[in-house]
Amino acid sequence: MPWETVIGLEVHVQLATKTKIFSGSSTAFGAEPNTQACAIDLAMPGTLPTPNAEAFKMAAMFGLGINAEINRRSYFERKNYFYPDLPKGYQTTQLAQPIVGAGFMEIETSNGLKKVRIHHAHLEEDAGKSLHEDFHGMSGIDLNRAGTPLIEVVSEPDMSNAEEAVAFAKKLHGLVTALGICDGEMSQGSLRFDVNISVRRPGEPLGTRTETKNLNSFKFMEEAIELEVERQIALIESGGKVIQETRLYNGDSKKARSMRSKEDSNDYRYFPCPDLVPVELDDAFLNAVRAAMPELPEAKAARYQNDYGLPAYDAGILSSDRTTADYFETAARVSGQPKLAANWVMGEVSAQLNRHEISLKDCPVSAEQLGQIITRISDGTITSKSGKTLFDAIWAGEGADADALIKSKGLQQMNDSSALEKIIDEIIAANASQVDAYRAAPEDKKAKMLGFFTGQAMKASKGQANPQQLNALLLAKLN
Amino acid sequence: MHTHSIASQLAQLRSRSISSRELTQHYLERIKRLDPAYNSFVTVTAEEALKQADAADSLLAAGNAHPLCGLPIAHKDIFCTEGVRTSCGSKMLDNFIPPYNATIVENYLQAGVVMLGKTNMDEFAMGSSNETSYYGPVKNPWNVGCVPGGSSGGSAAAVAARLAPAATASDTGGSIRQPASLCGISGIKPTYGRISRWGMIAFASSLDQAGLMATSAEDLALLLNTLTSFDAKDATCIDHPIPDYTASLSQPLKGLKIGVPVEYFGAGLHPQTEAAVKAALAQFETMGATLVEITLPHSALSVPAYYVIAPAECSANLSRFDGVRYGHRCKDPQDLEDLYRRSRTEGFGDEVKRRILVGSYALSAGYYDAYFTKAQQARRLIQQDFVAAFKQVDLILGPTCPGPAFGFGAKGKDPVAMYLEDIYTIATNLAGLPGMSIPCGLADGLPVGLQIIGNYFAEGLMLNAAHQYQQATSFHTLAPANIA
Repeated sequence: MPWETVIGLEVHVQLATKTKIFSGSSTAFGAEPNTQACAIDLAMPGTLPTPNAEAFKMAAMFGLGINAEINRRSYFERKNYFYPDLPKGYQTTQLAQPIVGAGFMEIETSNGLKKVRIHHAHLEEDAGKSLHEDFHGMSGIDLNRAGTPLIEVVSEPDMSNAEEAVAFAKKLHGLVTALGICDGEMSQGSLRFDVNISVRRPGEPLGTRTETKNLNSFKFMEEAIELEVERQIALIESGGKVIQETRLYNGDSKKARSMRSKEDSNDYRYFPCPDLVPVELDDAFLNAVRAAMPELPEAKAARYQNDYGLPAYDAGILSSDRTTADYFETAARVSGQPKLAANWVMGEVSAQLNRHEISLKDCPVSAEQLGQIITRISDGTITSKSGKTLFDAIWAGEGADADALIKSKGLQQMNDSSALEKIIDEIIAANASQVDAYRAAPEDKKAKMLGFFTGQAMKASKGQANPQQLNALLLAKLN
Repeated sequence: MHTHSIASQLAQLRSRSISSRELTQHYLERIKRLDPAYNSFVTVTAEEALKQADAADSLLAAGNAHPLCGLPIAHKDIFCTEGVRTSCGSKMLDNFIPPYNATIVENYLQAGVVMLGKTNMDEFAMGSSNETSYYGPVKNPWNVGCVPGGSSGGSAAAVAARLAPAATASDTGGSIRQPASLCGISGIKPTYGRISRWGMIAFASSLDQAGLMATSAEDLALLLNTLTSFDAKDATCIDHPIPDYTASLSQPLKGLKIGVPVEYFGAGLHPQTEAAVKAALAQFETMGATLVEITLPHSALSVPAYYVIAPAECSANLSRFDGVRYGHRCKDPQDLEDLYRRSRTEGFGDEVKRRILVGSYALSAGYYDAYFTKAQQARRLIQQDFVAAFKQVDLILGPTCPGPAFGFGAKGKDPVAMYLEDIYTIATNLAGLPGMSIPCGLADGLPVGLQIIGNYFAEGLMLNAAHQYQQATSFHTLAPANIA
């Protein structure tokens, strides 16, 4: 009998508000510890939370993005537990009435489109960070993150393997970045995934689930799911029982361990937070949010296919996250050549980023610069090959202006037929045997053999020869 | 000077017949001389007070000072004061110096009001006798063998002994009205949301409200004008028009309908307290008001509902006192668990611990619906009683407390007996309504308070009624002996 895997996700999405959800402190990442924690974040006596309207707007945008009902009335509760990076001794969160109700997203799987239901999404505050290294026998506490707004997105257990879970995670990443409500920087914890996994025989009731917490890359998520599914199946097949527990996956050692079992779990004693009044969203607010909704990835992909004539695959990739889409669209707009721009973004740009292991937002060549390069290729100023040279030069910091670099590096396409003729004559003279072989060859082999001469001539012209002109001249001289 | 009303003191300050320094020095001298007997202050900020007084005198000399400029007052030690230790009556915060002011402290500071010091209180405002303070009990100036009431016992005793013309206070279940009653002074707890809670150390957030104590309704009105401000830093603060509370003081009471709840005159009420309150009601009748017998049928639920909701909220509010960032930290913690356990065991007194335990229990899995949900339902019923009553009447009057001040230790062994001390005051907090207590006579030689409950934002009418009563009677001028 085969096994069936059941997966549900809980995703913490850090909202891209400038300030915290209940205080005016900055949410910027990477500051010196405790420099972005005010009296409210430190839970000093007598301080009170003041809600940040921007966080509600972003949560509502998310709700609209997953086709969910936005609850007109939601309220905050206190989730009580002691931990040094939780200054108040409770987390302000939503439980009984979250801001975003049930919704769904559609994901691409190898079996086609699949609908994954989302149970709800609620607003809450992030905790600080405990730093257990660096302080001999003690722990350091950094409260810069404490109070950063989060939405916690809770899916239904609608995914049945790692591929689907990752597809869901990527789709969610694409959505929140397209909405501009999250910077999507997973390595900085902007998006954190908790994965609930259980296995069962088809037709049987749900098995006992475990929760693997805080996965911060798609790769780790895939690995952790596969490992956990294997572990549960092996455990059951050897006569054991899965116990409900929270697990941690270490992406470096590729191992997972139990963090705590259900028996050790806290009684959080949730109750409505008396320092905050219930959140009432009126029509005016929701209409304003609706009006401010940016184009979502699916609509973008459709537009790329219709307006730019891109294939569905390309349109899907370029629209999947906001940074890529913005980069592509800028390059397309500047050059007026969407197809060329798509090829460049998915080809050269992506390859260079991978080689240097950096993300698109750190790309040294801006979308405007890429647009200029493409413009100069399409108007015949430079060849595609020179375009790559130009791209590398801008990447390497040799200059910022494409036209200036074309000039200084002498990359202009060679359209001067007398100069080209001179190059061709020299090649013919230097390669007498190849010329003879070409001339003796049957017609159907000649096209292939011509490549040798084209290559030599292109090389001699430093890639600047106009390819059409070169071809015509070569054919005339050889035949 | 200390026998003059605030209105008179302010007039003298403005006319420059006294300086703020003289007035401040006068009170500082009284505190120094008399307070050792009462223990009403935990901190006296003499040096800073004189500096503030000098600054106020410059403003007064310049002629464009705020109406309250130069008046010295005391702040309950529950209100954060920048640079001045704010202990909340607890060992936990014995070393806590806030880097910010409570909004009401800031309002008075901006007005040029001088701070004399910080007054003693029950630990974290939990108590009705001031016996739970880490700094020792406050003694009632009327009889130092008796409690002053609580939790604002320090503020009440200080005003009663004329160690300050007025004091700020806070009221979660009666903590302004009950000590005002027991110390023979006037106190007001405004509508929930009227006064910012920013910088007031939380006991039970949905019930806590800052207010004032002084010797007359007129003085309260003068001070309430500046206490009140809309404050975006408190999400529960209500942006409601702020009247001039002194403007309506002189309105005649003809036609005023006063509700008298039958539930407030039942068993347990001291006969002399009852007699004094009934005499006050008769006085209102002679001033043109009509008495209407009303019923608040869910009154009996007040104390039990309160002692679920308030502890539940406090159990979370006091979690921040963990020894990690400020406040008391135990010596040489062995690990995190030890740090939490010992810091909190050492830092909190018994009553605070009792309420944290009760509250945690009421919120715990399996008990939440039986306790917390039920208490919230009871709270709604109690509120609806008042809403219905205020459709018939303008104000509700009754006793503030079941009896006059009691001896130290008299109710210490039985927490429930102590909790019943607030039987008449708690319902207004649960409903979020404003309440006052003004002196209306004596029982066993000790002051009796008349409670005035108003509809939401009816502080002006309450002060008006109280002022008219005080114009016609002189109970508010009675002062303890031995305070010369």
